[in-house]
Amino acid sequence: MKQEANDRADKSAISRRELLKMGAVGGLGLFLGAGVMKGFDIVDNNKPAASMLTNANGIIPFYGRHQAGIVTPMQDFVCMGAFDLTVTDIAEVRKLFQDWTAASARLAKGEGVGEESNNALVPPVDTGETIGLQPMSTTITFGVGPSFFDDRFGLASKRPSKLVDIPAFKRDELVEEWSHGDIIVQVCANDQQVAFHALRNLARIARGKAVLRWLQQGFQRAGAADPKGATPRNLLGFKDGTNNPNVADEETAKQIVWAQAEDGAPWMDQGSYMVVRRIRMRIEVWDRTALGEQEATFGRYRDSGAPLGATGEFDPADYTKLDKNGKPVIPADSHMAIASMGGKVKIHRRGYSYSNGIDLKTGQLDAGLLFICFNRDPLQQFIPMQTKLAELDRLNEYIEHVGSGIYACLPGVKEGGYIGDTLL
Amino acid sequence: MLNPRISLTAPILGMALLVSACGNNASAPANQTTDAPATATAGQQAEQPQAANTTDSEQFQDAVKAYHQFVIAQTDQFVKDTQAFVDAIKANDMEKAKALYAPSRMYFERIEPIAESLGDFDPWIDAREGDVPANEWKGFHRLEKALWQDKSLDGMAPVADQLLQDVKMLRVKVEGVEIDAPMLVTGAVELLNEVSSSKVTGEEERYSHTDLYDFAANVEGAYEIFKVLQPTVEAKNKELAAEIDKRFKELDATLQPYRKDSGYVLYTDLKEDEVKKLSQAIDALAEPLSQIGTVVEG
Repeated sequence: MKQEANDRADKSAISRRELLKMGAVGGLGLFLGAGVMKGFDIVDNNKPAASMLTNANGIIPFYGRHQAGIVTPMQDFVCMGAFDLTVTDIAEVRKLFQDWTAASARLAKGEGVGEESNNALVPPVDTGETIGLQPMSTTITFGVGPSFFDDRFGLASKRPSKLVDIPAFKRDELVEEWSHGDIIVQVCANDQQVAFHALRNLARIARGKAVLRWLQQGFQRAGAADPKGATPRNLLGFKDGTNNPNVADEETAKQIVWAQAEDGAPWMDQGSYMVVRRIRMRIEVWDRTALGEQEATFGRYRDSGAPLGATGEFDPADYTKLDKNGKPVIPADSHMAIASMGGKVKIHRRGYSYSNGIDLKTGQLDAGLLFICFNRDPLQQFIPMQTKLAELDRLNEYIEHVGSGIYACLPGVKEGGYIGDTLL
Repeated sequence: MLNPRISLTAPILGMALLVSACGNNASAPANQTTDAPATATAGQQAEQPQAANTTDSEQFQDAVKAYHQFVIAQTDQFVKDTQAFVDAIKANDMEKAKALYAPSRMYFERIEPIAESLGDFDPWIDAREGDVPANEWKGFHRLEKALWQDKSLDGMAPVADQLLQDVKMLRVKVEGVEIDAPMLVTGAVELLNEVSSSKVTGEEERYSHTDLYDFAANVEGAYEIFKVLQPTVEAKNKELAAEIDKRFKELDATLQPYRKDSGYVLYTDLKEDEVKKLSQAIDALAEPLSQIGTVVEG
């Protein structure tokens, strides 16, 4: 089968050790037999962090079968912006996506957004803060929200049935200014300035056509801070992502991540549905919570990340094991127990921590998780999972969901085409 | 004769008409001083050589001439309206002075980059409290504070006299101002930057809250520059000219709901999302407008 450039880039970013492990995963999947898809629940805890890979400063091609930034190993930083269109003519939207495509292909290569002129009487074409900097594995990923399909552009009939309005979940505290948007642009890079630069220039290109609705930057521990690439920790101090499916495996990614033509919207073939939740953590409350309660909340030991009652991070969780009082060692309402969904429902999480200073009203830290996930069918994946979490998760005491968005991340684009050309 | 009331209510697209109607009205005030013709300095900010075939063209020189006429006409009217405002201050007629304050300032706001290029007129006429040392603070905003904050005009007569004198001096200076290409093409964006930095934030008129008058006047001033350059821009880049024209119209429509009687609603009457829309409309226009410097290329 022909490998597109993007896939190649993702593949090339996988270490020899990972490849060996993937072989083992395949074998294990067969051995387990009952596994719906091979590779689930198995993550190599020795894989280097994305930003420490040989290509950390390099180029991830913008063009490809899939958009980059979805199954691409996570970079250190994200800069994510939601836009609302101010134009009503679809030709202008098309022009915007064409201009964005040209700019993004250059940004991925570490170039400015366009050729500079020497005319001192006009502003520079590019804003300049990345002059002399490496490409830093920049990926730029575009998606469109449900409002893109309202009556403004005549696209209502093209709205995929999978692009549902996210239902209101129990305990949601959503605010409009952190939710929705006609278009989402996710920029990831191994340098914060490089990531910001890309979004800033895309926003500039959009002026007169689209305005920023919200913008959130995020981070994880840098690759340099963790050369071994252990599972990253969230701001509550716990490892987060241990059970992420191995989307480097093509079949796994197809099952979990990539929309297929036969799913009902042919123009979305090889795209993916992204859900973003801005989840604020009640940092101060968590900080005064006893270790035992913290671990019971996650269902894991803080230090090792092992499921309670086990020793290694990747040991299987035993939900039947009882303590001396006859209670489950892993509480049934722990985050891990609820999120595991009996091993049947999987999403590909690609979230980042965020910190936005302090809440001026309370003086408390405004920090948390910019939850980002990709799935092939939100109705079968994200929504049932979040419904259950919102209902039962013990972690809810320490978090609140303040922002929400769902977006159809467009299929990858071939050189000469433009982002969204299958839709527009 | 330019009717100041018309310029407040007429959409900006009417400005060109207004200007041509008063273009022959550029007589200097009687008490003109005899300074040598002033030379603008703003042109120095762009050092690259200008390609001769565009800026020396008859079309471009006509644009400069037309814009100079506009500046002179605006300043003429500025002197007259400032005279009336100053008279009201000196007559201790608070209500009349308040009514005349914002409209009379609009003439200055339309030509601000030119005034700024001519020396210290901006700090003399338009400084806000804190922009200059307290003992040097004078001009419109000093009187604004007296009218709206202190609610007393005690001691303001000398400030009013000085203001009128400074405005008359400005009128003299604009007669001989040399307007060059860089000044024109950067002036338009500078006017919109004024809006972005202080008008749309409500910082310009902190006591009277008449910021939208300044907002509209800055936009009108920028539109006038675009208007005179439009044929040149069109010849060079038709798409750019059309986009700028369209964004001006959109901005005008965005401003429309806030026109009231012969003026504008107070800044404090705007809701947060209305301020945001106005600000974004300025950004949408200023970005393509910042490209009109391309007309100076060869």
